[in-house]
Amino acid sequence: MTNSIADIEEADVILVTGSNTTENHPVISAFVKRAVTRRGGKLIVVDPRRIKLTEFAEQWLRPNLGTDVAWINGMMHVIIKEDLHAKTFIEERTEKFDELKAMVEKYTPAHVESITGIPARQLMEAARLYAKAPAASILYCMGITQHTTGTDNVKSLANLAMLCGNLGIRGGGVNPLRGQNNVQGACDLGGLPNVLTGYQTVDNLDAIKKLERVWNVTGLPTKPGLKVTEMLPKAHSGELKALYITGENPLVSDPDLNHAEKCLENLEFFVVQDIFLTETAQMADVVLPAKCFAEKDGTFSNTERRVQRVRKAVDPPGSAKDDWKIMCEIATRMGYAMSYKESEIIFDELAGLTPSYAGISYPRIEHEGLHWPCPTPEHPGTPILHGAQFTRGRGLFHAIDWIAPAEVADDDYPMYLTTGRVLYHYHTGTMTMKTDGLNERAPESFVEITRGDAQGIGIDDGDRVTVTSRRGEIQARIRISRKAVDGTVFIPFHFAQAAANRLTNAALDPIAGIPEFKVCAVKLSKGA
Amino acid sequence: MEQTDLMVINGNELPFEPGETILDVARRGHIDIPTLCHLKGTTPTGACRICVVEVKGARTLLPACSTPAAPNMVVRTESPEVVTSRKEILRLMLSSGNHNCAVRGRDDSDWTAFQLGVEKDDGSDALCPVWGDCRLQDLAYRYQVTGEGFQGTPARYPMETANPFIVRDFSRCILCGRCIQACNEVQVNNAISFGYRGAATKIIAAGDRSLKDSDCVFCGECVQVCPVGALVEKDARYQVRPWETQKVRTTCSYCGVGCQLYLHTRDNRVVKVTGVEDEAPNYGSLCVKGRFGFTFIGSEERLTDPLIKENGAFRKASWDEAIGLVAEKLKTIRDEHGGDSIGVLTSARITNEENYIAHKFTRAVLKTNNIDHCARL
Repeated sequence: MTNSIADIEEADVILVTGSNTTENHPVISAFVKRAVTRRGGKLIVVDPRRIKLTEFAEQWLRPNLGTDVAWINGMMHVIIKEDLHAKTFIEERTEKFDELKAMVEKYTPAHVESITGIPARQLMEAARLYAKAPAASILYCMGITQHTTGTDNVKSLANLAMLCGNLGIRGGGVNPLRGQNNVQGACDLGGLPNVLTGYQTVDNLDAIKKLERVWNVTGLPTKPGLKVTEMLPKAHSGELKALYITGENPLVSDPDLNHAEKCLENLEFFVVQDIFLTETAQMADVVLPAKCFAEKDGTFSNTERRVQRVRKAVDPPGSAKDDWKIMCEIATRMGYAMSYKESEIIFDELAGLTPSYAGISYPRIEHEGLHWPCPTPEHPGTPILHGAQFTRGRGLFHAIDWIAPAEVADDDYPMYLTTGRVLYHYHTGTMTMKTDGLNERAPESFVEITRGDAQGIGIDDGDRVTVTSRRGEIQARIRISRKAVDGTVFIPFHFAQAAANRLTNAALDPIAGIPEFKVCAVKLSKGA
Repeated sequence: MEQTDLMVINGNELPFEPGETILDVARRGHIDIPTLCHLKGTTPTGACRICVVEVKGARTLLPACSTPAAPNMVVRTESPEVVTSRKEILRLMLSSGNHNCAVRGRDDSDWTAFQLGVEKDDGSDALCPVWGDCRLQDLAYRYQVTGEGFQGTPARYPMETANPFIVRDFSRCILCGRCIQACNEVQVNNAISFGYRGAATKIIAAGDRSLKDSDCVFCGECVQVCPVGALVEKDARYQVRPWETQKVRTTCSYCGVGCQLYLHTRDNRVVKVTGVEDEAPNYGSLCVKGRFGFTFIGSEERLTDPLIKENGAFRKASWDEAIGLVAEKLKTIRDEHGGDSIGVLTSARITNEENYIAHKFTRAVLKTNNIDHCARL
């Protein structure tokens, strides 16, 4: 997030898109709801499903799946046409506005309506509402990113925010809501194939040199590595021979599971380190038992870039170990000695190599976490990014044209499928499904559908159906719901038993390598 | 220079900002005014009147939580009149409902009959499930009040245990309305409200249905703010006593909000979770997963030993053997096919320190940049 969580409540207008906030980030949703009910803020929801937040919205736009660039360009078209854009901000802080302007010229409300299904008048009203707000915040989540145009979608939202001068101010910003407790930290500390810790690119020779000196090694690789979504195909082709997975369950969370399974089977050596014998761990050659968060000391970085302490409350079961300790022991056995007395010493080492964490230490975050960038021990942290200028200097507008999703509905697969989480479960359910009460509230997978679509294929609420895509099929129960939109079904991906990801499309965004979980074509048939 | 408004509380001259209440000013000045219904950040209701104070010139005692501070106001927070009023309110609260914390009465025969009645309602012979963690009990001790002298009123509504997470014990409810404020103004789930009238007043969900059939999403904010034993976590009720547990502050391990929470532990098990109040980013709020989804920590299904697959089946192995095998295999593959033939998936679930170590291990030892995690999935 460019801004802090508390900042959401300061916004005059909040635009939420591709985030079912009340179910996936319930505590953040309270900030959104309070902004509306207690502070007079206005909410715009752009989402194909009638999610709970629509009840609080001044405007609810319902786009067809995979048409985000189109409605965002449409809003920008209206804003420029009606002269509502932030001219001083654009002039002083951005570049390539003219290219953007030329691109959105053709995205008239009528044209956008033909692509997205959003009525022209509604788009115009939402655009005015967003543009006229003194401070407007954009919140988004995987509904924006999990598309073959995920990068385009995010850049488009950034365009919109810059167009209205909504960056670097309280109550503004472009705010991705991160879905996993430490996905921010994993990215920050070098858990990515193209960057080292602190987002220093792998070909940044100064950074490489520094790491080599501190680590006392030579020959660190400078060629970008493989993304997770590229590793599996390489396993299939035999180029990738060994895989070491920590705390992940791709055999439920990956797209096109049937194919993913074949890829993993092809590995020469497969290690999984986890807290449970997950679907993925069952395929491993060696399984290493790790501690869970309640048994560890360390830090997590949350969605607002706040580095916070994790503290040990209980002993681990059996001989389970810290994930870092296991890796250190393997490294040592491979001939490179790695050993640390405790997590704080590792933190101090990483702070020395990660510019944005350089000023953070355990004593400083004992009571309250700090937002990175925090470059020095005196620095108070940075709750709001891009204050005086952008990281690259001037904010760059990207002129982006809309392109259709990789798979569209046709005669064979006439319905769209979109996936996500429900309130009571978390990701692949390995943790939440151990709590009886959560299982009681959300016992099994379901296919959320409109009454009209259900009647169209002669099925009723609670009936079992088979859902088929070009990649696989699953069985689940029908749930007729007001949340659904005609022509589209929603299936949660938590449940290995009826894994939605047997159906999803592994087509990737060309830049981010993120799969198009949010759009694929399916057909439904009665019975199982 | 701008003139600062001043008021006097218990002889101390204190500055205040327009819009502040007597309670706000007192708390900032470290003067303790007891409250029950007041919930920080929500609209004051003045419902319980335990915070009444004496204001010079006012005809009656005034609730500190909802009376605005005014220039030159003179307030006494523990005057004899105030104390008498608080005692009366506490006595009435203690006499209506199953407040069996042994402050109910000192008369043995009265206590026995009362306790037997409570046991019937409760299905337990233990004392109140929040004994030692109850604001009403604290105040009863502070003001040395018992429920004596008032006829105890029997519980009007049966206990609700029909949902998996929260027990609603109406016999211990003092109708302060904090749960309603928490639900409607903090979490904005709008699931509960006051229902019925007068002596029949009850906190109801969706036309007096059970929570599981209402808009309740089991965030448990109401349980956290309940000052008495009316709302208690089902699994912890009678099982977890505050004096038997330790509390460790940590960060939630579900989504990316990073809620600050306390893990309450007993005998090396997490038995209850509460939000850390007044601290960013969640200011005490949690969701159903964070508050109730902790069973996995002590699950019997947790992995306890390294496993090595032989002939398609796992067998337990020592760490020495497992680490040796992994090191040898990775070394062989790296040396024969190059580091790029190995991939590492680190995790958005483990700590920063561990991600850093994974990144170091992959690049320095395996000599590849093939490292990623589930950010995209």
